[in-house]
Amino acid sequence: MIGNAPFFVVGLLFLGGLTAIFIEKNLIKIAIAIGIISSAVNLFLVALGYRAGGTAPIHFLAGERTVMVLPTPQAMTLTAIVISLATTAFLLSLIMLVYRHYGTLDVDEIRRLRG
Amino acid sequence: MNPLSVVVRTGCDLFAWFMVVFGVNVLVHGYMTPGGGFQGGAIIATFTAFLLVAYGGRKLLGWANEKIFDLFEEVGLLAFFFLAFMGFPVTFFYNYLVKPLAAGGVVPPAGTTALMSIAVGLEVSGALSMVILTMYRGIRMFETAPMEEEIGHDR
Amino acid sequence: MKKMIFVVAALLLGAMVVGAVDNAHPFGFPGKTPMDDFFLADALPNRSTENIVTAIVFDYRGFDTIGEAAVLFTALCAISVLFREGGRKR
Repeated sequence: MIGNAPFFVVGLLFLGGLTAIFIEKNLIKIAIAIGIISSAVNLFLVALGYRAGGTAPIHFLAGERTVMVLPTPQAMTLTAIVISLATTAFLLSLIMLVYRHYGTLDVDEIRRLRG
Repeated sequence: MNPLSVVVRTGCDLFAWFMVVFGVNVLVHGYMTPGGGFQGGAIIATFTAFLLVAYGGRKLLGWANEKIFDLFEEVGLLAFFFLAFMGFPVTFFYNYLVKPLAAGGVVPPAGTTALMSIAVGLEVSGALSMVILTMYRGIRMFETAPMEEEIGHDR
Repeated sequence: MKKMIFVVAALLLGAMVVGAVDNAHPFGFPGKTPMDDFFLADALPNRSTENIVTAIVFDYRGFDTIGEAAVLFTALCAISVLFREGGRKR
């Protein structure tokens, strides 16, 4: 439990983002919560690939290195970061159009307007 | 967005092109130092964001030619696909240019890894700059839109 | 009522997270990793790439990078379509 503290922190971050998605009414805040969740997932991927006492998987840097961190989760995290960036840009564009159409960002208001 | 004060604009004059040079540095040396195509492209796209923040969007839209960013993106993407397909007699993504590390030469010894890093950096920088410009133009469309009558909610 | 349902669901999710964390491998000791060991040993002599993450992204698993570039391009096209001039005229 104590040794797995980074995983636990990632779980707390994910839970916080999910809570914000459920209880917030503003669409911008929901977008921020989705960003927090994707950051938590990226952090979880990187934390899964950590080796005790490992260094970054680059041979070029100075110093002696024997143990290296697993490189594949880092590469996949790189892909996931770019994809979440594209998703966030599209999400914010949709929110801008929603505000232009309805004049509000409140979720309940939008539902009441019956669009 | 209105332009900021003269202090910020002078800082932008000093550091904006440095961002491009630093991004190209990260991108070109991606095969041996920390960095690579995505990171370098994102740093280059910081240039557009910096100009947008410091000088305001109206001036930026006057300066920027979007066809150049489109060209960057399409050239980068096509070069990436071309480099990937060139290794096809063996496999997709076969590294056919790789040499031993001590050989040196014009093409880096990493072969297609370095070239693909440059191509993807071009693509990402063009795409992120286009995203910034397009979203800003969306805001301005939103501001200058005339007060029109209510749009029907029926489908 | 709605608040109660939400609190119960949040507690359930928290318990699931704690259980999942307890069942994960210990932090820092990922067990057997043959693929990553192969990449770490193979990237410098055979591909002459010092940065192993770049070697994986662009060489060993380049197919994922093609998908990622396609996603970025699609997002750009979608944003351009959303904000096109005169888009909402009938």
